[in-house]
Amino acid sequence: MTTNKSGLDRRSFCRLVGGGIVVFVSVGPSALLSQERRRTYPEDLNAYLRIDENGLVTIFSGKIEMGQGVMTSQAQMAADELGVGLDSIRMVLGDTDVCPWDAGTWGSLTTRVFGPALRAAAAEARTVLTQLGAKQLGVAKDQVVVANGVVSVADDPSRKVTYGELAKGKQVSRLVDEKAVLRSVKEFKVMGLSPKRIDGLDKVTGHAKYAGDIRLPGMLYARILRPPAMGAKLKSADTSAAKSLPGVTVVEQGDLVAVLHAQPDAAAEGIGRVKAEWDVPKPEVDDTSISGYLLRKAPQPRVRSTKGDVAAARAAAGRVFESTYETPYHAHAPMEPHTAIAEFKDGKMTIWSSTQSPFGTRDVVAKELALDPKNVRVITPYVGGGFGGKGSGRQSAEAARLAQITGKPVQVAFTRPEEFFYDTFDPASIIKIASAVDKDGKITLWDYDTYYAGDRGTEIFYEIPNSAIRTYGSWGGGTPPLFPVGPWRAPGANMNIFAGESQVDIMAAAAGVDPLEFRLRNTPDPRMRSVLQAAAKQFGWKAAPGPSGQGRAVACGVDAGTYVALMASVKVDKASGKVTVDRVVCAQDMGIVVNPDGARMQMEGCVTMGLGYVFSEELKFKGAEILDHNFGTYRIPHFSQVPRIETVLVKNDEVLPQGGGEPGIVCMGAVMANAVFDATGARLFRLPMTPERVLAALKKGEKAASS
Amino acid sequence: MKTTVKFRLNGRPTTIETDDDRRLLWVLRTDLDLTGTKYGCGSGFCGACTVLVDGKAVRSCQTPLRSLDGKEVVTIEGLSRDGQIHPLQQAFVDHGALQCGYCTPGMIMNATALLQQQPHPTREAIVQGMERNLCRCGAHQRIIAAIEDVSRGKGGAA
Repeated sequence: MTTNKSGLDRRSFCRLVGGGIVVFVSVGPSALLSQERRRTYPEDLNAYLRIDENGLVTIFSGKIEMGQGVMTSQAQMAADELGVGLDSIRMVLGDTDVCPWDAGTWGSLTTRVFGPALRAAAAEARTVLTQLGAKQLGVAKDQVVVANGVVSVADDPSRKVTYGELAKGKQVSRLVDEKAVLRSVKEFKVMGLSPKRIDGLDKVTGHAKYAGDIRLPGMLYARILRPPAMGAKLKSADTSAAKSLPGVTVVEQGDLVAVLHAQPDAAAEGIGRVKAEWDVPKPEVDDTSISGYLLRKAPQPRVRSTKGDVAAARAAAGRVFESTYETPYHAHAPMEPHTAIAEFKDGKMTIWSSTQSPFGTRDVVAKELALDPKNVRVITPYVGGGFGGKGSGRQSAEAARLAQITGKPVQVAFTRPEEFFYDTFDPASIIKIASAVDKDGKITLWDYDTYYAGDRGTEIFYEIPNSAIRTYGSWGGGTPPLFPVGPWRAPGANMNIFAGESQVDIMAAAAGVDPLEFRLRNTPDPRMRSVLQAAAKQFGWKAAPGPSGQGRAVACGVDAGTYVALMASVKVDKASGKVTVDRVVCAQDMGIVVNPDGARMQMEGCVTMGLGYVFSEELKFKGAEILDHNFGTYRIPHFSQVPRIETVLVKNDEVLPQGGGEPGIVCMGAVMANAVFDATGARLFRLPMTPERVLAALKKGEKAASS
Repeated sequence: MKTTVKFRLNGRPTTIETDDDRRLLWVLRTDLDLTGTKYGCGSGFCGACTVLVDGKAVRSCQTPLRSLDGKEVVTIEGLSRDGQIHPLQQAFVDHGALQCGYCTPGMIMNATALLQQQPHPTREAIVQGMERNLCRCGAHQRIIAAIEDVSRGKGGAA
């Protein structure tokens, strides 16, 4: 029994999660063990579960469900290793008082990094139950078998005992610190299948609770006075008209001006009555001048990698292809805006929050309110989409502060305009590439500068003898402080692969080689080759150098350990510049697939969401004032844009499960730009490819052809 | 102005005494504790707050309470009948036509109205009928498939 200096010891923890058999596992990937900031848990634990006297298994996981299906896939992993059916599993996700510490749900990490720890916990629980069962049945442990939550004697199945019976009246806690023997793919009974989502029924009936659906007695809905631009300073606020509303509570503490009411619409009415004056910083830049501004402000680069002799390759090249690619800021725009409900009772702050980072939120709240983290509990109900945007904790801290001030439970739910304002945007980026290809169609040079996109998606999977990759700033830092930026589904990879795979297409066309053949010729990586070939087979790829007039294209990449190839066909209306996507094929090698249909949902979701940043999404702003306030001007994909999407899972049981939430989106920019090129001969270097930009590119192409 | 508004809600007579200028969304979510209907944008762009009023899909964030006097309102909580979920709800589960689930109640309510008006729509008609409901997770293809399934099987009869 160890005692953690700031948190619970294991005995107390067992009391908290309940009786029965509790299994802790302290093995796990080093990525988990090296994580710091564990405060309220036994520090060496990273997975645990409990089996109660009804045979029900409760899995405690810090990973939250925001649509990506990990409630189901985690349950599948645990069920299989334990030897129980999926219906015996209960999931407790993202509750900081009972779940193991976790950095946050992002980076397609749940299955590939947390998964092994969870599986180990379940596998060890099976071992414990096998031992207890054998003892109870009076036989040696190698004489029993385990299936469907029952331990029975191998040659006499009538002699048996259930997991529930073994757990009854017990207070067993087991710590396992040796490597568990996980089931092999051949032994899978639940993994590798596609059971229906276990959150499905809750969600279609309206019973699923999101943070904003929690109701507490006496709860007040808060609306907070918001600045017109980031960095604006409040000069004065006149709240007298708001105070005249019946039932209203007005809070004024420094910059925090809030109107609270038992009805959210009355709170909105109240905040609308506050007359405020602001000092707004003078805008230096807007969405049309951002690229030049970012280049001027760029910090010194970090050299990520070099190989061969770039200068010599450049000098030796017959032609050097030099391109500049640009992408704008994007909003996450989850359908559920950031929401939190806070209750402060007997010195303990409890917050129900829509967050991807329950533990990060706990720490932010504890810090801002000067509370001991032990006295802050964050509970994460269903999260209505995150995409990397629900990490900041702002709404939770605001709700907590207002709950502390008013002494009542308080809800802070961002309005859609607030959501667009406080989004930690996907950063605008610029990528410059110089590259060359020899007479055999082999790439000889790759000289790559990426500004503010970071290094994700810059890894070279082609065989290129001379290369250099430099990153200036990153999506997480080094960006001029116009407004906060942060991770957005596959952060940086969308931009880097848009640029890289467009550039590869440019060289293929110049070399007069079919773009698929060009890629195969340049990559020896067997996993990349197999996803390209699988995509081509499904697509019915017809080889021809671009632009072939077919309006079809390919792009490929590696993300979160998963290999992905996309093929698409488009039509371009040359009069309007409108691009219609008819079909997308997405092929992935993601190692062992825990839930094939769940994986396909993520692939389809990636392709669909990707249509937004490719064709329409571009944040409009003037200085630190965000001009997009709602979906009327910031256009996310609609039904009419969605093509036929076909998904191919390339079997690879030799590799442990890899990421699934993001890889499918990373090639969308390039595959669409390449398809527009294949249809028209016009190359677009800037996203989104709006009709105006497509028309401009077509005109430029005509001019070039006639000169 | 505080007045009494009477309407049928999910098959039951309902009387609300409140400011009749208030929007239905907030009355449902706060006064009536029916939280299945979601706030997404507050401006009628996204459809997360869609409910049925006399069989038509409306955006409850735009619907003043006073317009409901004597009408029949159905929310996602009222779609099930005798413990049986609606065929569209079942089809959404079967097709995995949801991810985060936040747009789902609005999607299902909008699709319910669509199939009541057009029991056997073409795929194009489904796309057009659903066009103003937004989903950020990208479940669109499966949502269309789920609606098509119901239109073929039961013609959307609830």
